[in-house]
Amino acid sequence: MEILVCVKRVPDTSENEIELNSAGNDIDRDDLVYSVNEWDNYAVEEALQIVDKVGGSVTVVSVGDEETEEVLRREMAMGAEKGLLLSDDAFEEADGRGIATALKAAVDKGNYDLILTGAQADDGAGQVGGMLAAMLDVPFASLVNTIEVDGDKLKVGREIEGGNQEMHEVSLPCVLSIQTGINEPRYVGIRGIRKVASVEIPTMGAGDLGLDVPAAKVKRLDYFLPDMGEGAEMLEGSTEEIIDKLVELLKAKGGLK
Amino acid sequence: MAQIFSYILHKDGALDDTALELAAAAKKIDASANPTAIVVGSGDGLDAVCTKVAASYGEVWKVANEAITYPDAEMIRKVLVNILPAESIVLIAHEHFGMDLAPGLSIKLDSALATDVVAIEGADGATLKLVRQEFGGAVSAHVTCDAAQGAVLTLRPGSFGADESQSAGGTVVDKSSEAGDLTAQRKYLEVVEAEAGDVDITKSEVLVSCGRGIEDEENLEIAFDLAKAMGADVSCSRPIVDAKWLPKARQVGTSGQTVKPKVYMACGISGSFQHMGGIKGNPFIIAINKNPKAPIFQVADVGIVADILEFLPELTEKIEEL
Ligand SMILES: Cc1cc2nc3c(=O)[nH]c(=O)nc-3n(C[C@H](O)[C@H](O)[C@H](O)COP(=O)(O)OP(=O)(O)OC[C@H]3O[C@@H](n4cnc5c(N)ncnc54)[C@H](O)[C@@H]3O)c2cc1C
Ligand SMILES: Nc1ncnc2c1ncn2[C@@H]1O[C@H](COP(=O)(O)O)[C@@H](O)[C@H]1O
Repeated sequence: MEILVCVKRVPDTSENEIELNSAGNDIDRDDLVYSVNEWDNYAVEEALQIVDKVGGSVTVVSVGDEETEEVLRREMAMGAEKGLLLSDDAFEEADGRGIATALKAAVDKGNYDLILTGAQADDGAGQVGGMLAAMLDVPFASLVNTIEVDGDKLKVGREIEGGNQEMHEVSLPCVLSIQTGINEPRYVGIRGIRKVASVEIPTMGAGDLGLDVPAAKVKRLDYFLPDMGEGAEMLEGSTEEIIDKLVELLKAKGGLK
Repeated sequence: MAQIFSYILHKDGALDDTALELAAAAKKIDASANPTAIVVGSGDGLDAVCTKVAASYGEVWKVANEAITYPDAEMIRKVLVNILPAESIVLIAHEHFGMDLAPGLSIKLDSALATDVVAIEGADGATLKLVRQEFGGAVSAHVTCDAAQGAVLTLRPGSFGADESQSAGGTVVDKSSEAGDLTAQRKYLEVVEAEAGDVDITKSEVLVSCGRGIEDEENLEIAFDLAKAMGADVSCSRPIVDAKWLPKARQVGTSGQTVKPKVYMACGISGSFQHMGGIKGNPFIIAINKNPKAPIFQVADVGIVADILEFLPELTEKIEEL
């Protein structure tokens, strides 16, 4: 099975606290550490496990700048055979639809049976996978947390409320958006990354893909911190003082039995 | 102004809370909006659902189809593409069904898409002014959405006060004959219910809940020690379950359990809406987090800035001395 996994380079929120800059209109981008979107890492692992079972190969693709190569390489170190970088000034202002349009052009140039995305990325949109599927006119399932291959069909589970699972039979080719927890992504060490350091990663621009990126209909104007009213009463003082206050509160609110 | 539609979620004859929230949200786009509700399904209960919806919407479009025994997004997308007029604004709740439906729908309608909208500040001509959150709620963003060719918006549950006026006295219009061909290449099979866990956290009165801030599987012990001293149960956020450190039955949130304790102690949890969405009944929330700007401090009653790995054992010791 030929599998394409779409991955995005995002600020790593476990390494950075995302905060506003001093002008208060953007996030503070100094010293941000970037990594692969958490959901996409699960998607790559899932693709590798499928290929382990039924054969085939995994390609990782990203729309980004030259620094995105590093993220592609990390996923190739996990075992993805090929990488593809879609890079063009025209993609920089793109909204979700623009990103999906670029990815669709890349899909059309290949011959993929299955396309995986993450359920969502850093901006919490959760849109690119479903858009891509509709553009390709293939079936889609979101929030997928199990995949079983059955010939030219898949049996997939979607995570719904209460930990319940909605099961579907989906014909290939299709697009699935992957939810965290579907597997345990393998660890990538420095050695693994070194091994793929010299593998060529082709880059394609809008011209190579023969495409006009649609003008963004959805645009972010600025970032801000909303006024959330009072917020929590912060307990302050020495640890001992804080613990004393907390114990009193716990007693009063029925938190100690 | 374009016509506004709300997609109504319903189950076993009952309306989802979001049904009335979408009506309120439509009024934020245009105070004089008279949104139309769309109710899709099958069976005897569907008319009763439509009647309930008509109390809050001036017009209800009913689509009854025997094939739709379960709200399957791929099938319902086809219905919507067939019945919606061009340039509509479509409001959908941002939960698992909406996430499955909305992106593809926006492509098929050739309209704009904005997801997980938490506030609507109004419209300037065909440009909608929206608020979204990014990075798990750490920051908000003002977003414009060009709805000249229509728009699909998914709205975060609980972010728009429900329109409880029940004064619409609406009419039900049967659109069933316009649904068209619903054959899809994705076939719904069944819903598999979650396995029960060793403890039922939905019944717990006091919960010590740990998140990614616990850092390591071994560290969970300090949460269990504290819970034991307090007479509480241990619950957790999703990353702890994803890492297989605790079973799914202990996960609080929209894709986990809905809990209603008296006291909820969130330890190393950032406060994403999917997590907080599983906490009901207005408990007393204590948040312990090393980041003073963690979003959870906006919704907690009491906050403590501390490293839980140091703080929790000290708290346990103190409680044991009592
Ligand atoms: C469709 C969907 C459904 C979801 N359903 C759920 C759900 O049901 N439940 C759920 O929980 N999530 C759910 N999520 C995931 C959710 O979006 C968040 O990713 C998740 O809740 C984050 O968990 P967290 O707060 O533990 O981790 P993080 O967001 O990583 O936060 C960790 C926090 O710990 C703090 N911290 C780190 N170290 C320490 C320390 N030593 N001491 C004190 N504080 C520390 C950090 O400052 C940070 O605030 C869902 C996501 C999607 C897309
Ligand atoms: N720039 C990008 N390059 C490649 N894939 C992307 C990009 N942006 C989003 N995706 C894919 O779409 C998924 C959902 O992202 P989003 O719709 O932005 O929340 C991600 O998990 C990726 O799989």
